[in-house]
Amino acid sequence: MKRLVGRIAFLMVLAVINSAYAENIQKIKISYIAQERKIPAALSNLDDFVQYKGMQGAEIAIADNNTTGQFTGQKFELNKVVVPVDGDIIQLFKQQVTDDITLVISNLPAVQLKQLADLDSAKDKLFFDATTSDDDLRNEQCRQNVLHMLPSRSMRADALAQYMMKKRWNKWFLVTGMTKEDKLYAKAIKRAASRFGMTLVKEKQWTHTYDARRTAQLDVPVFTQGADYDVLVVADEQGLFGEYFEYRSWIPRPVIGTQGLVPTAWHETHEQWGAVQIQNRFKKVAGRGMHEQDYAAYLAGRSIGEAAVRTKSNQLQMIKSYLMGDEFALQGYKGKPLSFRAWNGQLRQPVLLAAARSLVAVAPVEGFLHPKTELDTLGYDQPESACNQGEVSEKTLPTTINKTELNNSESTVQKIIQRLKNYYNKFNGNK
Amino acid sequence: MKKGFFITAMVTTLLGATVQAETVIVTLEKDNALAIIDPIAGKLLKTVDIGQRPRGIALSPDNKYLYVATSDDNTVKIIETENYEEVGRLPSGEDPETFALNPAGDRLYVSNEDDHLVTVIDVINRKEIAQIKVGIEPEGIAVSSDNKWVVSASETTNMIHWIDVETNQIVENTLVDARPRAASFTADNSQLWVTSEMAGTLMVLDVASKQIIKKIKLDIPSVTTDKIQPVGVVIDKERRWGYVAIGPANRVAVINAQTFEIEKFLLVGQRVWNLAFSPDQKRLYTTNGRSNDISIIDLENHKVTKSVAVGRFPWGLVSKP
Repeated sequence: MKRLVGRIAFLMVLAVINSAYAENIQKIKISYIAQERKIPAALSNLDDFVQYKGMQGAEIAIADNNTTGQFTGQKFELNKVVVPVDGDIIQLFKQQVTDDITLVISNLPAVQLKQLADLDSAKDKLFFDATTSDDDLRNEQCRQNVLHMLPSRSMRADALAQYMMKKRWNKWFLVTGMTKEDKLYAKAIKRAASRFGMTLVKEKQWTHTYDARRTAQLDVPVFTQGADYDVLVVADEQGLFGEYFEYRSWIPRPVIGTQGLVPTAWHETHEQWGAVQIQNRFKKVAGRGMHEQDYAAYLAGRSIGEAAVRTKSNQLQMIKSYLMGDEFALQGYKGKPLSFRAWNGQLRQPVLLAAARSLVAVAPVEGFLHPKTELDTLGYDQPESACNQGEVSEKTLPTTINKTELNNSESTVQKIIQRLKNYYNKFNGNK
Repeated sequence: MKKGFFITAMVTTLLGATVQAETVIVTLEKDNALAIIDPIAGKLLKTVDIGQRPRGIALSPDNKYLYVATSDDNTVKIIETENYEEVGRLPSGEDPETFALNPAGDRLYVSNEDDHLVTVIDVINRKEIAQIKVGIEPEGIAVSSDNKWVVSASETTNMIHWIDVETNQIVENTLVDARPRAASFTADNSQLWVTSEMAGTLMVLDVASKQIIKKIKLDIPSVTTDKIQPVGVVIDKERRWGYVAIGPANRVAVINAQTFEIEKFLLVGQRVWNLAFSPDQKRLYTTNGRSNDISIIDLENHKVTKSVAVGRFPWGLVSKP
């Protein structure tokens, strides 16, 4: 309470100091959109179900932005849109995220996010996806108006693989659940395995044959028999069975993946690089620990804050080009400046490898090198990316065109020719 | 120990009149101790227990007392510099990390990162006399040698707050690059040098106008940009050279303080953190957080001459004649 009073007093003092700005305050309007979820089934009831993950992360970011904004004559406003379980998300979006709001922090699954991003009224908006990890949203399915704050599944899998390589735990036993998400996770795991020279010695699907006479205690040893491996990799995003494997496998082996040692954007055990401060600040506001979607929404809000403060602008184009540019360096409490991959809008960032009570490692693991930034050893690098809708930067090949240009067929040919010309001129010049 | 020290000091004085006795004192964040080093001999003399998680350290103008922020004890301890025994504590507020002493040595300004405050302490009466609300997560702090300005760098607000020493009020704010870490005034107080950990830059601010007049991107060939994380910064008295510790790049940048050209990068230990001059400014010392040592740089030739193992997580340091 004392702190709150202090803070209010501080803001009042600032308000007085900055009264010169008062007449001319620039407003930056941001929407946070989420859909209510039914409480899903879970193995453990230790973790409370959290509705609207990320909302408090966004709120803290806006408060942080406004502290700076007091000095720069800017005011950040958060408009929260919460769609009921069976509500019409498109209608609510159209009603509440009006034309004057161009920046949207999304706590929606991929399907809904795509629906919104493809609306006509969303063409002049920028979405900050603070929820999904889908690789296809960052590749073939990528949208020019969506930035991704959380690491993709492939970034997570690569992070695990780098650490496994360091440990020389090369032989993997992969167990995949029944859901579509589990299969996508398994796909990323397999990609990482082949990228980093791991061997999948065995692969099995967990089928949930619920039978009163069978228990995890009996099932798991039998299920994991018949193979020699270094680690058991579990793909169970919803947490329906993965926890069964630790201490119950036939041979004593560690569990990694969606359970056991998990690759994540954020974790309660993370304290380095000033992280303990944001962990504490979040706990004070939310009354619980910070989850990765809260972190993602916080980063989304802070990205907007950085761009608006640096460009002194609330215009979408200014903000977007700052975010995608070389100058953008976001402090994300993970020891390295964060920035966006210009080719697919993915936030490049370290991935934490965490056990329940201890932070085991941070990827990129030392020794994995990259000509530009070691952060790009995680996930789809520029040459591998199937996203050609992202911002075209100088770094991309001259023949890359985005879809808007394609649709605008008149200028397309000239543009390609000009770009090729520039490229070859540059090339010859360098010689 | 004390006697031995004096004998060594006497012998060195007798042997060569030019060689001065000198002591470097380093806080060891993980060992909860101070390391006492003879930098001339390049030797660790001893370590002294100090309290939980010592980080910031300063020396009184008369060299008689050390002030050490023991962060997890939530206090700044006063240590006498003969036997390194605690003689008192200052009410620093929660989790003190960095602080600055005014030129007279009677005011201490502490950054309280969690509460977004700068606490002003009356050193003589050991009393808190003011708390100043600053931006989110204040870290670097410095007092100008003419005792006009206290500057506080807030890491998340990305600002330098200019606090008037007379009134303890913020009178101006300068927006700087992401995550400003450390700030140092030049000896003539005309410039303030500030490092940005995330943008990898050194910014030179004009104290009169409070504006950035020069921004230097600290690119090192063959080092990826995300390892360029500048932290500690110092400038020599004549303003000939400035030095910037570049954290995980394991280097100290040598910068011409007149032209702002980067002269060279000196390879030191891992995760180089803070910097301190020897009293005669002939040497520069660095704390290297990950390799658990300090590097000694000869400033006449700009060469690293020695590294001395000191203990776990060396953080702050001072040098005393």
